[in-house]
Amino acid sequence: MHLRRMLGLLASAAIIAGACSSGSASTAPSQAASAAAPSQAASGAPSQAAATPGPSLPTELGSTQGQTINVLSWPGYVESGATDKAVDWVTDFQTSSGCTVKYQVFGTSDEAYSLFTTNPEEFDIISASGDASLRLVRGGFVQPFNLALSKSYPDIFPALKDKPYNTVDGVSYGVPHGRGSNLLMWRTDQVNPAPTSWAQMFDPASGYKVSIYDAPIYIADAAVVLMKTRPDLNIKNPYALDDTQFAAAIELLNKQKPAVTQRWVDYTKQMSDFTSGTSNVGTTWQIITNLLKLQTPPVAVDVIKPVEGATGWSDTWMVNSKTKNLACAYAYIDHLTSPAVNAKIAEWFGEAPGNSKSCALTVDTTHCATFHADDDAFWQDVWYWQTPTAECVDGRTDVTCKSFDDWIKAWTEVKG
Amino acid sequence: MTTTATPATVPPASIARRVAAWLHRHRGTRLVVILALPLVWLGLIYIGSLFVLFLNAFWKTDPFTSLVIQEFTLDNFIELFTTSVYRTVTLRTVGMAALVTVTCIVLAFPIAFYMAKVASVRKRSVLAVAILMPLWASYLIKAYSWRLILSEEGVLDWVLKPLGLTGPGFGEIAVWLVFTYLWLPFMILPIYAGLERIPNSLLEASSDLGGRGWMTFRRVVLPLSFPAVVAGSIFTFSLTLGDYIVPGLVSTTQFIGNVIVINVAQDLPFAAAYSLVPLFIIIVYLLIARRLGAFEAF
Repeated sequence: MHLRRMLGLLASAAIIAGACSSGSASTAPSQAASAAAPSQAASGAPSQAAATPGPSLPTELGSTQGQTINVLSWPGYVESGATDKAVDWVTDFQTSSGCTVKYQVFGTSDEAYSLFTTNPEEFDIISASGDASLRLVRGGFVQPFNLALSKSYPDIFPALKDKPYNTVDGVSYGVPHGRGSNLLMWRTDQVNPAPTSWAQMFDPASGYKVSIYDAPIYIADAAVVLMKTRPDLNIKNPYALDDTQFAAAIELLNKQKPAVTQRWVDYTKQMSDFTSGTSNVGTTWQIITNLLKLQTPPVAVDVIKPVEGATGWSDTWMVNSKTKNLACAYAYIDHLTSPAVNAKIAEWFGEAPGNSKSCALTVDTTHCATFHADDDAFWQDVWYWQTPTAECVDGRTDVTCKSFDDWIKAWTEVKG
Repeated sequence: MTTTATPATVPPASIARRVAAWLHRHRGTRLVVILALPLVWLGLIYIGSLFVLFLNAFWKTDPFTSLVIQEFTLDNFIELFTTSVYRTVTLRTVGMAALVTVTCIVLAFPIAFYMAKVASVRKRSVLAVAILMPLWASYLIKAYSWRLILSEEGVLDWVLKPLGLTGPGFGEIAVWLVFTYLWLPFMILPIYAGLERIPNSLLEASSDLGGRGWMTFRRVVLPLSFPAVVAGSIFTFSLTLGDYIVPGLVSTTQFIGNVIVINVAQDLPFAAAYSLVPLFIIIVYLLIARRLGAFEAF
């Protein structure tokens, strides 16, 4: 009888659990993702992928008709009119090519890498920043790209071609998409005078309510500040930090901590924090500022690239080594990097286009000048995201640098 | 030339009937058939994936590509126990889970008692609907709503403004509030079920023997409903221990789940090792609950 009562209680518990299935479902996808990963690891799939060389350069793409491609992209790089009816470079492509385009966005390169590698056949193409691209190449997850099949490639700015983050051992792994700089945004109605440097944002004495990017790569932002404020540390590249330099960057981040009111990965979260006033100064992307100004009522914000320079990105469209939809993958990459579409994306996201012919096609005729698309001097102090490795990426051989796994652990410790 | 089959005069027993009859004669097979699916489900999907998780915890990753290298190492556990931040995060998470559980008990008990022993049938069903209703809304919607309530110049600040007060804003208090809100029904319902099973005659007997309200509650109601409270606390405690979305939404503080999530992408074996910590805590929790007599009281 005792047992029966307990069973009754358990049954009622089961009913409750059942009633809550809608609630727990929201956490299910990520659990499924993390559950999928170990089973792969157990079967040894990724290590095989790493061992076998990628397929040789494709020469024939075949027909695009009826293929469906799944794009993994930064928010704003693929738009189908869902965000804003006028912002759409999916529908026209689907009509003209016969391809169907699906897409999913990510908030950090780490999220992108995780999504792409734990579902090795899910995504056909990816917009990879430098801190994801090399890992994708080394892991065998993306395939060499035949640039001869890209109509856009000849028009891409030379400054973006043959870079360590898109070309490995002389083999190209994709078409450069565009580049941009992380920016400092502030609420013009709350912060006076306007900030001019990252150093102010790192100093709690400024009284700002700070919103920062929640990823280990943000440690490089502290290093960019130290390049100016601590010349004695002799940092030459914010992604090549030896023990002393790294410790100084972590110290700076710890000093900043009391001022941090939010960390964002999902850009809509930063938008809601700036709208409500939970944060009033932060590191951001141009598109976030644009969207805040488009809100009703508009949020009073402005952005600058501070005096120290900034971290930034230079992105490349890459193709999954396991894709079955090569024709549409190449066709859509060509579409995204074509002069007209690349101009639209550059203006929508707020970055410099990769295609040199895009500059004549932007709605705002000064867009390329504003974003310094062809001004190589401007990019001298913009440090494109790249994966830190033990072998210092600035070329030093007399010291060992902190590798990315150290950065991840340190980021966890900074957050406390 | 082919012969056509002549229709049988006696309809043959249907296949279903014959299978049923056969199963009736073979009791062992019947048991296997009935239990096969649940056992495979439990064994393969639940225990199997836990085993893979356990195995992963002893592997390592390539620091550059984050790919898992299947080589035995204890490094993950050494790092887990020697780095102070993981200790801090674990203690913080357990503390939060305990706090949320206690708060839920304090809030849930009066409601459950009212429902089980005081309210009319009509009021009881109204209350039951009111408690179950929030479970129909998506967890994410509820968590995001709390962002709007707690944000600066949000709903709570607006309500408190005339009183010259402000809300707690985002932070650990916000996490505590949101967890308590989210998991409260999981505490109310088991306690209600437990209280309903206490015969009213016991309460009357206590009163006849001179037990006043507080005495009856302490000596009769509480011991009899204790297993139900523990059952509810297993829900609130374990749900808080595993959640990573709420802390990310309403605070900048890390809990166990947040650390696991950031490592899933970059260092899966370490994430697996850390996942074993809440698992271990829950096992200890269940053992303590058993020792307290929670499972024997029924």
